[in-house]
Amino acid sequence: MSVDLIQTKNLKKYFKTPKGELHAVDDVNFNIKRGQTLGVVGESGCGKSTLGRTILRLLEPTSGEVLYNGKNILDYDFKEMQEMRKKMQIIFQDPYASLNPRMTISQIIAEPIKVCKTITNKIEIDNKVYDLMETVGLAERLVNTYPHELDGGRRQRIGVARALALDPEFIVCDEPVSALDVSIQAQILNLMMDLQEERGLTYMFITHDLSVVKHISDEIAVMYLGQCVEKTSSDELFENPMHPYTRALLDAIPVPNLSRRNKSKGIIKGEVTSPINPKPGCRFAARCSEAKPECTSGNFELKEVSKGHFVACAKYS
Amino acid sequence: MADKLLEIKDLNVIYETDESTVYAVNGLNLSINEGETLGLVGETGAGKTTTALSIMKLLPEKIGLIKKGEIILDDINVTNATEHDMRLLRGDTVSMIFQDPMTSLNPTLTVGEQIAEVLELHKKDMNKEQVQKRVEEILELVGLPAERKSEYPHQFSGGMKQRVVIAIALACEPKLLLADEPTTALDVTIQAQVLEMMKELKDKLNTAMLLITHDLGVVAETCDRVAIMYAGEIIELGTVEDIFNGNKHHPYTDGLFGSLPDLTKKTRRLSPIEGLMPDPTDLPSGCPFHTRCNKCMDICKTEKPKITVDNSHMIKCHLFK
Repeated sequence: MSVDLIQTKNLKKYFKTPKGELHAVDDVNFNIKRGQTLGVVGESGCGKSTLGRTILRLLEPTSGEVLYNGKNILDYDFKEMQEMRKKMQIIFQDPYASLNPRMTISQIIAEPIKVCKTITNKIEIDNKVYDLMETVGLAERLVNTYPHELDGGRRQRIGVARALALDPEFIVCDEPVSALDVSIQAQILNLMMDLQEERGLTYMFITHDLSVVKHISDEIAVMYLGQCVEKTSSDELFENPMHPYTRALLDAIPVPNLSRRNKSKGIIKGEVTSPINPKPGCRFAARCSEAKPECTSGNFELKEVSKGHFVACAKYS
Repeated sequence: MADKLLEIKDLNVIYETDESTVYAVNGLNLSINEGETLGLVGETGAGKTTTALSIMKLLPEKIGLIKKGEIILDDINVTNATEHDMRLLRGDTVSMIFQDPMTSLNPTLTVGEQIAEVLELHKKDMNKEQVQKRVEEILELVGLPAERKSEYPHQFSGGMKQRVVIAIALACEPKLLLADEPTTALDVTIQAQVLEMMKELKDKLNTAMLLITHDLGVVAETCDRVAIMYAGEIIELGTVEDIFNGNKHHPYTDGLFGSLPDLTKKTRRLSPIEGLMPDPTDLPSGCPFHTRCNKCMDICKTEKPKITVDNSHMIKCHLFK
């Protein structure tokens, strides 16, 4: 049995807005085992990215704990945190915006090494950069080019190389392929899975694309308005989705074959409600086709319905 | 046989800039029948949007040029129509839904005014009350409450803005709707709602549609026929059954399907197409796909493949003869 590398306990992140408190991440509990991938899915505005950033302490959580190897990293001071950051890295969504346009590729990849001073010898740094470029499949001749000279797929490879520069254990991948074309997307996904096998990396993979998440994840957490509504293994989630929101999400994916053509689908009505000062009760109740009066009051926490399958819904409590 | 609404013959479009010439569309042939939905699939830079803009004659002035070929829309030759004629056509016979609903609406006008604008331009015989009534009708048709016509775009969410854009496009009941990635910017649940609505409206109004997308899933659910585009050419064309259930495919089409993670099967690795789309300023000789093709033969490098037709299915590849 592998051990948990990352664990969150009652993690909350609220933002203050003029209209009230925005509950971006609200009481999220999960764990990721070493060498595995947790997929986090949800629609825009459900707090996926905020969750990823809060775990890395790029955003200070409002309350709760983030345990890394059993230690709460929220208690760490600045220096300890700096040490920690070598082990946890992030790949950003937009390869066009997350690379400094005034730095060359080698400068971008070498920057984390220079900041953290893991290698100080200049020649060794250069060698490391070449190694990383080879690992992610970038040709050596590109070493002095600037990001604008490259296409999206290559840029995202730079993002991956930069995240690997410090030999991390844990990487938060924040929609790393959603800005790319399908054929390029598949190349990057293959690369990320190869890297995981070679280096035993642990991923938290944030995406809105369910087919991608199924492909890459061991476990999947479905988020809705800051809360985790269902969490289970990847296969179980697709075979036996329990939460009405998960089912609606699965139904909504356009499938590239003709078997589902002209069949009516359970399309959910309405849109995501505002996360500012949310009402008590299930947050999905307003759009849920199976909502009952009791759904609008009380709190529904994740409950283990069958082995390893957690659902937060009135139907199962 | 249904009537041909749109016919594109041997279309060549280039973008001419000071530094280079971009060959965006190269000898494209396409036709759409009345009431039919044609999916145009391809990666970024394949020339999908350029094709749609050529039909509307909205290519950037002086830079984008139709070099060769003709576009016949509803018995009018668009390629040599005057700007005045085009203005009468746009919004009335043919209208377009753009990719990004966030930027395709005017932030300083209410959505009601923006829908009314189309009607005022094309339906001169309608009086103010009739226009307002039609605005309300069309808003309800796309699933928005009529009283929201006096609100501004920023008061709507992304999915609702896309509904407004669709409402504008459909206000005059055009014969042809060009939808350029209409749901790419939307979440899956909202995408499902919008697609469902577009399907219903198409049946109700008998509008033909050119649906531009890179999502084969969307195509499978909405289109009658599919055209796969690569480097400015249509390399495979057929009914959805030909493309999704047929066993003969262009290697690029196979590559596209191999790149998609399949929800029903458990595969560890995807089989993507190696390499990148060729540079449109410097296209390879022979078949444009030969540099990435895993079934490339010597002939592919020098000779352009001819079209092989099998009933409704057309493939442009040396493998099939």
